[in-house]
Amino acid sequence: MSSTTAPPVIVTDKLTKRFGQFVACNELTFQVSKGEIFGFLGANGAGKTTAMRMLCGLLKPSSGKAAIAGFDVYTQTEKIKRSIGYMSQKFSLYDDLTVSENIRFYAGIYGMSIPQIKSKTAQLLQELELEKEAKTLVSDLPLGWKQKLSFSVSIVHEPDIVFLDEPTGGVDPVTRRQFWDLIYHAADRGVTIFVTTHYMDEAEYCNRVSIMVDGVIAALDSPTNLKQQFGLDNMEDVFYQLARNAKRKAD
Amino acid sequence: MRQLITFIRKEFLHVFRDRKTLLMLFGLPIAQIILFGFALSSEIKNSKIAITDYSKDPVTEQLINKIASSNYFDIQHTVQSAEQLQSAFKKGDIRMAIVFPANFSNDLTHTGKATIQVIADASDPNQATTITNYITRLINDFNTQSTLNAGLPLQIVPEMQFLYNPELRGAPNFVPGVMALVLMLVCTMMTSVAIVKEKELGTMEILLVSPFKPIYIIISKLAPNLLISLVNLFIILVLSAVFLDLHVKGSLLLLVFDSTLFILTSLSIGLLLSINARTQQAAMMASLMGMMLPTMLLTGFLFPIENMPLPMQMLSNLVPSRWYFIIVKRVMLKGLGFSAVWKETLILTGMSLLLFTISLRRFKIRLQ
Repeated sequence: MSSTTAPPVIVTDKLTKRFGQFVACNELTFQVSKGEIFGFLGANGAGKTTAMRMLCGLLKPSSGKAAIAGFDVYTQTEKIKRSIGYMSQKFSLYDDLTVSENIRFYAGIYGMSIPQIKSKTAQLLQELELEKEAKTLVSDLPLGWKQKLSFSVSIVHEPDIVFLDEPTGGVDPVTRRQFWDLIYHAADRGVTIFVTTHYMDEAEYCNRVSIMVDGVIAALDSPTNLKQQFGLDNMEDVFYQLARNAKRKAD
Repeated sequence: MRQLITFIRKEFLHVFRDRKTLLMLFGLPIAQIILFGFALSSEIKNSKIAITDYSKDPVTEQLINKIASSNYFDIQHTVQSAEQLQSAFKKGDIRMAIVFPANFSNDLTHTGKATIQVIADASDPNQATTITNYITRLINDFNTQSTLNAGLPLQIVPEMQFLYNPELRGAPNFVPGVMALVLMLVCTMMTSVAIVKEKELGTMEILLVSPFKPIYIIISKLAPNLLISLVNLFIILVLSAVFLDLHVKGSLLLLVFDSTLFILTSLSIGLLLSINARTQQAAMMASLMGMMLPTMLLTGFLFPIENMPLPMQMLSNLVPSRWYFIIVKRVMLKGLGFSAVWKETLILTGMSLLLFTISLRRFKIRLQ
């Protein structure tokens, strides 16, 4: 499972973001390998969103270095955007469009050609077993399906890395489990998964986990090693032990 | 380019899926035309009037017949005394009274000149002005048409001429107003709501993370609204031609060109509103309160701008619809060409360029 031998696709070195006096992210240094499932944890206000926005090329760092899929976050944001996918907890599908229209739209804005879009749409519908629902409006789909479709759409353009921002918010445990099957499937194909979550059972599913507290990475290792290191039984307790010392208030 | 087409296609799908809104968008101009054209007409028909004839001769009889045959007036009484007149006014039975003095016929035959008294109920001053204008015109007509004085006009009355609108119809003034109002409303509201909707849905984040350029997002959002607005413009022009007998006298091309300019200005305002609004409701309210009121009040189609206090007049200069209103009146009603509206066109061009640049820059800043 651990892919330490694989080449790194996310490399940061003392990546820092300041807003005036406030240091949102302080000298983040870590690497994520190709095909790895990397859990990015932290309490609200710890600086997760800011870090993620820098990695996506949406926010310019104040100092430090970072390369995403080999592209520099300062100068090559357009190339980064082509190499990544993104999914948020809002699912980001258009309710008033059908399943296939949504796929077609997201594939289209990444500049895929019409034949490419057609074959990709067919492939996705088959994988998700949604062939019969191709012409169904997304608003009529059950939540779990929407979530799976949303994930598939976020990797429709076959990115190197996909960023998932609390992708399972408000979804029941069974659906969440099914969703993680999809994530594993994508990781097996070599897609790097960078995921934030508040569910500690999900943290257990990750190859490695980082926990941010007050803008710094307080811990980074595999869930097994972290539990050993802190002498605790589960990730919930590990997280709590680290996060309760936080001085910052959630925003 | 292909990406842009994908996006524009999606925007059209949104528009056509939402049948209710679509109906409302096209229903709006139709409702406005009906409302202003028929229900809220400033034209006054069948005003109840009384006639007191102390002269009783063939001339007064002719004139009374002429008045009676006009559909502006409905002769209720032929009253004999001043007291009767007064009570009819008080009861509200009549809006206006016409009194022919006893020496009317005598004066007319000897001097070719006579006076009649026109008394109007001025509790509604606008209505009073309008109906006294009608009667003045009617008497003028009578003067010139009458052959009683060997072909010479019977009476010298100040010539009242109503340029461009000889029948004092309401339509010529409100159609340009409705055009300004409808286009402004549709453009600002649709645009701001469409963009805020993406923010609310969370899809805006996805678009930002994608290689899709912000300028493309803006263009795609504006495209369907531009088309809808042009269709609305067409609906208004057809309706006013068919039902209100109001045709475009000037160049249609010039009218469409200036309308497009005005539409672009309104779209930019919508864009600007969307940047600060967080919810669709907020965007809707901002468009309604922020744009509809100034457009209605400061455009000049409901209240003449010349009558406003100076600060308000200055403020009205900032309202794009004010300039558009002037352009439409000149091109559509008076049939004037570009030389008559180049200044207003220039102002609109400046406004749309300025607003579009500001909104584009602010839009980009917000994305960071």
